[in-house]
Amino acid sequence: MEPLLSIRDLSIAYRVGTSEMLAVENASFDVPRGAIVGLVGESGCGKTTLARSLTRILADNARIAGGQAVFDGQDIMALSERRMNALRWREIAFIPQSAMNSLDPVYTVGSQLAEVLCRRGNLSRRAARRRSEELFEWVGIEAGRLGDYPHQFSGGMRQRVAIALALALDPKLIIADEPVTALDVIVQRQILDQLRELQTRLGISVILVTHDISVVAYVCDRVVVMYAGHVAEAGPMAATLTRPAHPYTMGLRNAFPDLASAGGQLTPIEGAPPNLLHPPPGCRFAARCPFAQPACTDTVPAPVTLDDDHVVACHRWAEADTLRTRAERSETWMART
Amino acid sequence: MTETEALVRVEGARLHYPIGGIVSAMRGLPSAVKAVDGISFTLHRGESVGLLGESGCGKTSTGRLLLKLDDPTDGHITFDGEDITTIRGEALRRFRTRAQLIFQNPFEALNPRFTIRAALSEPLENARIPRAEREARIHRVMDLVRLPDAAQFLDRYPHQLSGGQLQRIVMARALILEPDFVVADEPVSMLDVSVRAGVLNVFREVRARMGLTAVYISHDLALVRYVCERTIVMYLGRIVEDGPTEDLVREPLHPYTKALVAAVPVPHPDQSHDPLPIGRGAPDPRNPPSGCSFRDRCPMAHARCAVEEPGPSRVGQRLVHCHLYDQADTRPAARGTPA
Repeated sequence: MEPLLSIRDLSIAYRVGTSEMLAVENASFDVPRGAIVGLVGESGCGKTTLARSLTRILADNARIAGGQAVFDGQDIMALSERRMNALRWREIAFIPQSAMNSLDPVYTVGSQLAEVLCRRGNLSRRAARRRSEELFEWVGIEAGRLGDYPHQFSGGMRQRVAIALALALDPKLIIADEPVTALDVIVQRQILDQLRELQTRLGISVILVTHDISVVAYVCDRVVVMYAGHVAEAGPMAATLTRPAHPYTMGLRNAFPDLASAGGQLTPIEGAPPNLLHPPPGCRFAARCPFAQPACTDTVPAPVTLDDDHVVACHRWAEADTLRTRAERSETWMART
Repeated sequence: MTETEALVRVEGARLHYPIGGIVSAMRGLPSAVKAVDGISFTLHRGESVGLLGESGCGKTSTGRLLLKLDDPTDGHITFDGEDITTIRGEALRRFRTRAQLIFQNPFEALNPRFTIRAALSEPLENARIPRAEREARIHRVMDLVRLPDAAQFLDRYPHQLSGGQLQRIVMARALILEPDFVVADEPVSMLDVSVRAGVLNVFREVRARMGLTAVYISHDLALVRYVCERTIVMYLGRIVEDGPTEDLVREPLHPYTKALVAAVPVPHPDQSHDPLPIGRGAPDPRNPPSGCSFRDRCPMAHARCAVEEPGPSRVGQRLVHCHLYDQADTRPAARGTPA
């Protein structure tokens, strides 16, 4: 089946002073229909920029520097502002980072929902009221609380309200930027369960932006790993997490505490991501990669499709199995400082 | 736990913050948030203890009490035999050098106008360490936090360093007076995953090398498990469970700890998606339920939980504050995992 969203060679640049910085460069991946796709990476890797570009709500100094994002047959990046506006919320809904603090404190949550439903959805007041009650029921809040103000809700409840808002006009795609990051683990789990249930029930697709690979492992069908503006690796969640083909993904696994394992040593990835104002010529991860070879610092690796729809951008992709074994030993990562 | 010497003793500590005014008082609304509501525990020398719980459970307030950044509304806290709720003058000054805080946000914890050298010198000046000795101390502590190439960092400003390096400087600043006791409040929550591990490893290493007694405040059980052999779980200002971290992870006893352990996602595709054994809703610190403060979300709650606050019961090496385990020592049947 045709994917709902197909991103090809997407580049997004920020103007910084007199120069430009590519926050996202030649990113390609698909979002299948009815799937939750995790977009994972560290701060500054471009995941939020990429997510925001899909509703074209970028900062003033940002521009689409190339590529396309074909959503349901039309290229989002080429749409007129008027057509784009028609798509927002009705087709693609965006839940911004800390959405729970982005509700307007002086209006009741009910009137904020009604505004979206009446203004954008052209519903009558009565129909909007009925729809609001339905949405609240979906996200597990009593309809009686529609008359409450945002401050009367806990953080988790406000996140539920934000999800209800995103679902208001029956979108096909929801983009959620770090939806559970500020929440406690029990609430986090309940929100993720809710998101999964709604996604299944409504058959929608979700892009979930997160820095947490255990959130990806819990709820996502597919994962896209970004590093310093590039897509390092993308594929089915289980295959990508159990058999990562990119050394960065391998390193992330070692750095992540795992409550289910015996509790061995955690291994950091030494160093820091490159400054994107002056990016290195080759692979963006080469300076921190224990497996880097001369080719890695010279040329950017092209994405290669392994079996099962698993794509990796690494010069040494053919040796992934060997590298993975070596990557599991913490000495491998300590040799370089 | 081997019986070692106690360094910190907390006995029935409470910290209540007044809220509301005369209007809410007349309406019969609560007049205080009971951030910490009667907790007792002992920290032994060299022990590393996690304070775990959700936001609003009182873990940070407890940390503030331990460092005398707040004084308890009620109860006592002793440090090395001395009651810190009443100390002043020279004794307080000595306490301030012996007990240190490691801040949460390394990007805000350092003065942006101070070089790293100035940031590290300041505590030495305050503690009246002679000038001649300072530079050597600075280099020693930089080695300790694994920034051995000190010359490269000391004349730089905080914005020139990465998050991981900054957090090591923050740690160095807390350690430079060679304290006996540190409280670390979510010290890696602002850092990226790939550098977090490095800071945690330094924390573990430093603790072992200096024989520090440490309290690690976090909402993340996986992190606490990595650095603490013992964990105290808090809920709404009270302790619900206290014991060896591994036991607690493997077989949580208190119904709240069970939910907490079950809720932690792991970085593997195979994991349980079962519903959590806990009621919906969020704890309200302004208005906790009577008796056991967890009872309104507890799947095991019974009549007694509403009337009587559960005291600690000893189960193995653990203390559990739950009526399910009352007299657990004499009635081992009560220990089983409730269905």
